[in-house]
Amino acid sequence: MIQVDNISKAFNSVTVLEGISVTLEKGKTNLIIGRSGSGKTVLTKCIVGLHEVDRGAIFFDNRDFVSMNFKARKEIRREIGMMFQGGALFDSLTVEENVSFPLNMFTDMTAPEKLERTNFCLKRVNLENANRLYPAELSGGMKKRVAIARAIVMNPKYLFCDEPNSGLDPITALLIDDLISEITHEFEITTVINTHDMNSVMEIGEKVVFIHEGRKGWEGTNEEILDSDNKDLNDFVFASNFAKKIKALTRSEDQPPAR
Amino acid sequence: MNFFSIFGRYVILLSRVFAKPEKSKIYFRQIVLEIENLGLNSIGIVILISIFIGAVITLQTRYNLESSWIPLYLIGLTARDTILLEFSSTMVGLILADKVGSNIASEIGHMRITEQIDALEMMGINSASYLILPKIIAAIFFNPFLTLISMGVGIFGGWVAAVTTGALASSDYIYGIQYLFIPYYITYALVKTVVYAFIITSVPAFYGYYVQGGALEVGRSSTRGVVYSSILILLADLVITQLMLA
Repeated sequence: MIQVDNISKAFNSVTVLEGISVTLEKGKTNLIIGRSGSGKTVLTKCIVGLHEVDRGAIFFDNRDFVSMNFKARKEIRREIGMMFQGGALFDSLTVEENVSFPLNMFTDMTAPEKLERTNFCLKRVNLENANRLYPAELSGGMKKRVAIARAIVMNPKYLFCDEPNSGLDPITALLIDDLISEITHEFEITTVINTHDMNSVMEIGEKVVFIHEGRKGWEGTNEEILDSDNKDLNDFVFASNFAKKIKALTRSEDQPPAR
Repeated sequence: MNFFSIFGRYVILLSRVFAKPEKSKIYFRQIVLEIENLGLNSIGIVILISIFIGAVITLQTRYNLESSWIPLYLIGLTARDTILLEFSSTMVGLILADKVGSNIASEIGHMRITEQIDALEMMGINSASYLILPKIIAAIFFNPFLTLISMGVGIFGGWVAAVTTGALASSDYIYGIQYLFIPYYITYALVKTVVYAFIITSVPAFYGYYVQGGALEVGRSSTRGVVYSSILILLADLVITQLMLA
């Protein structure tokens, strides 16, 4: 479980996050949603320590991350798997070398053990027989799956995914969403997904946090979103005419027939 | 950003670069790769430039010493000392600052904008040390060899030019390059090379590491890395010369 307690962050006197508190639950897919520029990526980067917060605290299973020194933070980071928006795969390494990179760095496993673990993770993301390929030879969806495999290779307690299905077609995006959801439940990981994709929200959003203009605008589950009266949330969720029509249709079906 | 701010960030980066490595075996492998990338792959250009510059120095010296009072073997001596004292260390240093420096700044800058450096940090790896330290060690280790190669090839280029153009006899040139030879000049050149190797790798790496934005900014950081490392090489040349030869 990750507890974010009243954090704020500004860049050059421009406030990006203001007083955000949220609990990200273990074994669930926690989604941080919001418009582009709302501050959700900054929030994610603050939680994992890639940005320093100006105020507030962050607890990883009751361990105060903000006040830790660099060495202690490194230990926590080894419990975190992160999938970046573009994959952030190392260009000069093959798929196999990318996935086994953390194993080479932090474990004393033998070469066959590392290969077995790497192949297990690649198989888990449905990416077999791609070991020798380089990132430049992979499609967008394959890159995301390699990034997930690399993120889970060290058995992380926490998994962060930054816009995991951006730039993907709807079917591949759905596959990636399902994969992350399955891995979360299978390994009891605290998963945090940063997205503005409403399909992801409705498919796998067990807990949803809506960020609006740097503040927490709403918090709940994917099922509660449709019934929310929060104006900012509704403007975001039902931005398109198509979505508005669906909402109107849903509400009219819920109304008792007129007598 | 003012000078002190940039210098402060550079020092902070260096303090991270020289932190204890996570796993020495991995770093050793990286050093070997960087020796190939930064050192072995530069041998060709060093040989090519050295042979031409050696030839040009010899011919220019010959045409500037049109006096019957001056013995011809002094042309060989002048070519040798120019190559040993300045060309093979400083000129090659500037060429490597261009070739290797732009390579380092753009590689690390690209890794920054594609979040590969963030990925390393997220794994709990000291990205500054992992990416930059092997490059610095590889250059400090291998660049002296490049300088020695340049010295040999440059002097040979002078001989080829002297003989093929008839500017002076082979025996005069060979006598000249042996005349009043001071081995300390080689030590002086190698000391400069080591300092330049540090500048050539650490300065462009600094500009690449802190790049923000996209491809345009990576290009700019690469240019800055090359320009500032070239200026620092010339400044270091002045200081080392004053310290070692004055």
